[in-house]
Order: sequence, then structure tokens, then C-alpha cells
Amino acid sequence: MLTLRPTLKQSRGLAASLMTTAALLVPAASFAQEETTITAVMHSGLRVLDPVITTAHITRDHAYMIYDVLTAVDENFAPQPQMASWETSDDGLVYTFTLRDGLVFHDGAPVTGADVVASLTRWGKRDSGGQLIFDATESLEATDDKTVVWTLSKPFGPLIDVISKQSAVPPFIMPARVAETSADETITEYIGSGPFVFDQDAYEPGVSVTYEKFDDYVPRDEPASWMAGGKVVNVDKVVWTTMPDALTALNALSAGEIDYLEQVQIDLMPILSGNEDVVVEKRDDLGYVTIGRPNFLHAPFDNKLVRQAAMAALDQESMLATMQGDPEYYKVCGAIFGCSTPLGDEAGSDLLTGGANTERAKELLEEAGYDGTPIVLMAPTDVISLNNQPVVAAQALREAGFEVDMQSMDWQSVVQRRAQQSPVAEGGWNLFFTNWMVPEVSDPLVNVMLNGRGDDGWFGWPDDPEIEAMRAEYVTASDDATKKEIATRIQEHVMDNVNYLMMGEYIIPQARRSNIEDMIPSPVPVFWNMTKAAE
Amino acid sequence: MFFYILKRILATIPVMVIVAIFVFLLLRLTPGDPAAILAGDAATPAQLERIRDSLGLNDPLLVQFGTWMGQLLRGDLGTSLLSNTSVAGMIGDRLGPTLNIALMTIVISVALAVPMGVIAAWRHRSWVDFLVMSFSVLGFSVPVFVIGYILIQIFAIDLKWVPVQGYKSPTDGIGPFFSRAILPSLTLATIYIALIARMTRASMLEVLGEDYIRTARAKGVRENVVLFRHALRNAAVPILTIIGTGFALLISGVVVTESVFNIPGIGRLTVDAILARDYPVIQAMILLTAGIYVTVNLLIDISYSFFDPRIRY
Repeated sequence: MLTLRPTLKQSRGLAASLMTTAALLVPAASFAQEETTITAVMHSGLRVLDPVITTAHITRDHAYMIYDVLTAVDENFAPQPQMASWETSDDGLVYTFTLRDGLVFHDGAPVTGADVVASLTRWGKRDSGGQLIFDATESLEATDDKTVVWTLSKPFGPLIDVISKQSAVPPFIMPARVAETSADETITEYIGSGPFVFDQDAYEPGVSVTYEKFDDYVPRDEPASWMAGGKVVNVDKVVWTTMPDALTALNALSAGEIDYLEQVQIDLMPILSGNEDVVVEKRDDLGYVTIGRPNFLHAPFDNKLVRQAAMAALDQESMLATMQGDPEYYKVCGAIFGCSTPLGDEAGSDLLTGGANTERAKELLEEAGYDGTPIVLMAPTDVISLNNQPVVAAQALREAGFEVDMQSMDWQSVVQRRAQQSPVAEGGWNLFFTNWMVPEVSDPLVNVMLNGRGDDGWFGWPDDPEIEAMRAEYVTASDDATKKEIATRIQEHVMDNVNYLMMGEYIIPQARRSNIEDMIPSPVPVFWNMTKAAE
Repeated sequence: MFFYILKRILATIPVMVIVAIFVFLLLRLTPGDPAAILAGDAATPAQLERIRDSLGLNDPLLVQFGTWMGQLLRGDLGTSLLSNTSVAGMIGDRLGPTLNIALMTIVISVALAVPMGVIAAWRHRSWVDFLVMSFSVLGFSVPVFVIGYILIQIFAIDLKWVPVQGYKSPTDGIGPFFSRAILPSLTLATIYIALIARMTRASMLEVLGEDYIRTARAKGVRENVVLFRHALRNAAVPILTIIGTGFALLISGVVVTESVFNIPGIGRLTVDAILARDYPVIQAMILLTAGIYVTVNLLIDISYSFFDPRIRY
């Protein structure tokens, strides 16, 4: 209603324009964008601008554009200094961070220790890893403008790993006045010290977001590597536009109307073949995992043997093939931390990766005394990457002797229902599937499905003191060998206890115009380092 | 007439109140949780509960309804639960593209469909009639997204006359606007041309059999005058109804076309809001849609008396 008046004005012009149809059909070449603007279609529209309150990937990607982080992980999974370098005391209880020179927010104010303390504190109230660190925190204070001292009450070996993680919620540094917002409310001011400035006037939620190069950003000297190193911006502007139709996005890329497409549907890839102006590629080799989560509160999945039967019944290969089609873009993998990560280990996963073992599943069900209680399997119909898993799983489980009640619903209904702890007959559930980026499951602290704190844990609520003991042990581990050894034990435990059903890894390819180069091969799509040559 | 219009405008108030109550309750009965969309997949139940508290979603329904009605009475449509931006602003941004595309579609449809329907009725059971009716069946039958993709393939990809997708406001230049609006308008117009041509033909056939048409012809009135002045004006009432409701439908239901051509209109806004259970946006959109229907119906009723002087209020 607010724009009614201008719209009517516009519509008067419209009538006149209808008279000159032919004259106005101008060649597509005239729509070429400025050379220093990269127009990208991301995997979804940006609607939530607070990277701490949500774990949505698109919000994280937005945050990497406008915020910076204290430390960041490189392509070897090794934490590196980013805004700050750090020193650790010999007893592992005191971490001292020193901010590097030249850090300023987009409003011109310098980044200070007080900003860092406020940002870390808010993050620690939302992030599961952050909560664990703050449980072990004695104090966190800025001793001067450039120094932050984090004092622990007990050693927390992976502290730097946790604050350097790239997903789901890295601790982005905001001005203290913004970071003082309650962790349960969204921020309303979007100022960071990152390499791009958010253009609030051009922002249309779910439609378009524009970032301009931050001229005062001082990149590090090291070469960019994943989220670490020098974030050198080579373009003036980056525009993310949302395209809900996958085919339209491909056509727009082919026609040169956009420069970059974050995700290409594999069944539509043939459309791009033979187009020399477009490059289709894997951005990184880590990709995603797809998993099934049983509900530990109710029969039949409150019984470990029944969970093992489900694991035996399912076949990663057929599920991944149904999802992806092309074997180039999926991998059978039994490692709960991912097959290409430092902690990745497939120990004990034979039952999971050896294909469907229906006979073994039947034996396990008989041993468990399964009485034919139907499994309510929630099947979202409106998320392409989650459409197929319930269908394939339902058939495999039925063949093994499970009674399966697959209930189709939209994803919103799944997310509401999965939060219900009530019995299945009263609106509860038994099983659902979801996907994660590999970095989001790559260690025992970031992987929320390994939380064994019952009602305080993630949906499914396993009460698993053994895994909690191993996670506590992991927290105190100070060297990589010990971390790896604990991670392997957790892997074996999950394969036996079936905290969740790891259903393999897959990759979603990206596409770009051939004049877009030097994109960093990172799990998170980033726009520094990238160049755009004239076509 | 004035009192009739006043009465109709006043009658919209209870209609809108009933719609508001109905929409509010229906949304709360629908499964879904905006807090879960806001927080993302990794949020624990305890975190979701705190976010629900902060958004006011845990307040009693009466309190939530009272808050919303209070905002509406102050002319405030509220704030999006997800993007934390003004709902009025969001709708304002999205209404322009939808209105402009709808207007262009209606102009194209009427300009083509009314003459087609008149000629088909005039040459009843001839090859022209057959052609118009065949097009009409085709226009009804082919899904709108298929027509959209075909037009994109021909005019945007093969001929490169227009861009594949996107929207520009007429204020950015009539050329950029027109080149982006023409394909979605033609796509949408296909079904409305079919609908209006068919209705015009049926209505004209009925009128052309009337005595006064025979009398006019007997008096030697030229055939185009018979058709367009005598017959079409008397056949106009059902055609106007179709055009009016078609316009309202265009404004509220063009989400597929908006997706295929990447137009940031209110159809997509509504669907996105429904998928995310963004209650304030959905409520505002349904109220707006109801308002558009009420207004369009009122305008149609008023226009009846203009075209048919026998109708008086």
C-alpha cells in the first residue's frame, strides 16, 4: 500500500510503453554488468542477518562477507591468526590474544578488546562449543585496547580449534554496542570489520543483498587459505540475488546475466555442457553428509538392537545414488567426522558401508523382540536435498521387517514436530533425515548429534553418559594424537550405539562464468581473492 | 450511487475483521515454528524456547491477537519475525513489480482477447471461430511455467532479444522495464486471453441473437458498429467480471511466473513467508489480498452501471 502512488504513476508510463514494443526489444548485450561487480546466486535467500542467533548457512556466508574473526582455520584444518595472534600459558589455562594493527569497523571506529570480549560472550551463549568453553571460563577480559585475556578454570585443549571453526557459528567480531544485544534477540545494526560493507539501503530480504568493498580493510600478508590468510578483495561490489527456480538460474548464467551459481542441480548439469563460457566444478572436496536421526525416547528406537537393525537395513550407495545420480558427486563413507577430515576414521562401520544387510537386520530385530510397532518416519516434501532419503529408507526398512509409517509434510512441520518429545501416538516421531556440511560434524564438539545430555541435547535426545565422558576427555586433550585416539573411540561407540545413521557424503557442484577466477576452494563460498576479467 | 459506494466501503470493515481473525487462528493451528527457521538446524529445544519467548510466540493467543490488532489500528503491519524488517516496507517493495506485471498482462489480454472473442462470435462456426477456440483450449491447458520456459528459450536464449530473468522498475527506464516485463506478461496473458476470449465469444453469441441487433442490421447500420457499439457494450457485464477477478487473481497468484522469471513480487513474498511461518508477513499479505478482492469487486460493480445504464444502485 505504501508504494501505491508511485506504482500508479509507473503504470501510466506502462500504457505508453505498450505502443512501442518492437523498438524497445534491445539486445541482451546491453545488460552487461559493470566489470567489477560480481552477481551471484547463492543457495538460498538471505533473511536473517544475525550470524549468532542462527546456524543458517546463508547467514554464516553473509557474516564472512562483513565480519572478521579472531582466528580461522586453513585448508589443513589448522587454526591461524586472523584478527589476532595468541599465546597460551604453559598450564593451558590462560590464552592471551593480541589484535593486529589496522583493524577498523565499517563506521570507522577501531576494533578494540572490549568489542572482542562482548562478541565472544554473546557467541558463547548460543554456540554449543562456545558454551563448553564458557563452562570452563574463569574470566574473559580486555586488558587494553589490543589485548584480550581468556582465563580458564580448567584446561580446554581445543579452545583455539573451536573459536576458529568455519561453521556453523564462528565467533564473528562486532562492535560491543551490537554484541551486547541479548543472544535470544536478533541484532539490528550490521557493522563489521570484514572485507565487505553491507549495503542496508539495497537490501531486500530474500531477494537481493549488496556488498561493497571496504577500502579500509587491511588484509593479512599470508595467501588466502580457506577462512585464513589475506582477504584481498579484487572487485568493487558483490550482489547476491535469489533465484527460486534452478533452471532460470542456469539460463541466467549461460546468458551472462549472473557470474556465479553456488549450487547446480546435478540433473540440470547437461544444460551447461558445451558452454565454453561456463565452468562447472567442485568448490571443495569435503561437501556434505546426510544422516538419519532416531528418537531415543520411544519404542522401538529406544532399543540399541533395533537401531542397529535399521543401520544394517539401510544402504548408503542406493540412498546416495537416488539423491545425486552421478557417482562423481557422492561417496560411501562410514566416518562420522567425515572421510577427509583429520579425525575421520571408518572404524566399526562395516555394517553401515557394506550395503544393505537385510538378513542381519532381521536377526537383530528378532533378537530385540521387535513387536511390529510402526516407525513414524517424517518425510519433508519441499526440500530437494531431503526428498529422497525417507523414501529409500522406508523401503529398505520395510524389507527388513520394520513397519514404517512414512508421513509426508513440509520442512516446517518437520522442524516443529521433531521438537516434540511426546509419545508417537500423541504427535511424536521416530526418525527423520537431515544434512550437514562436513565441517559441521568434523569433531566431537561441533557435531551436535554427539551430544549425549538427554533432554538438553539435540532432537532425538540420547542419554549417553559414555559419549559425554569421551567428549569431556577430548576437551582436556592437548595433542593431536590423543584427540585422534579419542575421536576413534567415539566413532566406534557411535557405530555400536547408533547415535545417528551416517548415510554418506555428497558434493553439490558450483558453476561460474569462465572470466571469474581465483575463487578459494573452501567449504564456505567466499568472495575475496576472486577476480573478474572483462569478457 | 454515492450511498451505495459508502455502504460497500463500510461493509468491507466487518469482512476484513473476519478475515483477520480467521487468518490469525488458522496460522496458529498450522504446524510450524518460526523460531526453528530463525535459529537453524543445530539449535537445541531449550534455545528455541528462549527465542520463542523473545518473539512473543509463547504469549497466550489472545495477547498475541490483541497486540496485532493494536498494531493494525495504528496502521502498523508489524515486523517480520525473520528479517526483523517492517512488513509494510517489504510489501511496498514487492507490490510494484506484481502490480506492473499484472497491469501489463491485463492490457495485453484485453487488447487481444476481446477482438478475438468478438470475431469468433461474428464468424460463428467458421475457421476463425475454430482457431480462436483452439487457442483458448491450448491457453487453458498448457501450464504457465511451460509457456514461460518456451518463451525464454526462444526470445532470451536463442534470439537474445530480451534478458532471461529479472525485473527493473519503470523508473529505471522504460526500455529496461519493458524488456524484462514482456515475457512474464505474455506468459501470464496466455491463460487470460483464453479466458476472456471465450467469455467474450459466449456473451457476444447471446447478444447477437437479440432482436435489437437484427433491427440495427435491418436499418443498415455498419457491421463494425453493430458489433462493437451495440453488441459488445451489452455483452460487457460478464466480460468485465472476468477481467476484474482476473486482475485480482493476477495480483495474488502469480508465484510460478514470478519464480520462473525471477520477479521479486508479492506472490513469492507470500510463499516464502508461508514456508518460514513468518506470521506477520502472511497475515498482512492475506489481509492485502482480501482488500484487493473487495476493492476490485466494488470497482466492477460500479463499472456495470457505466456499461449498462439499466443497472442502477
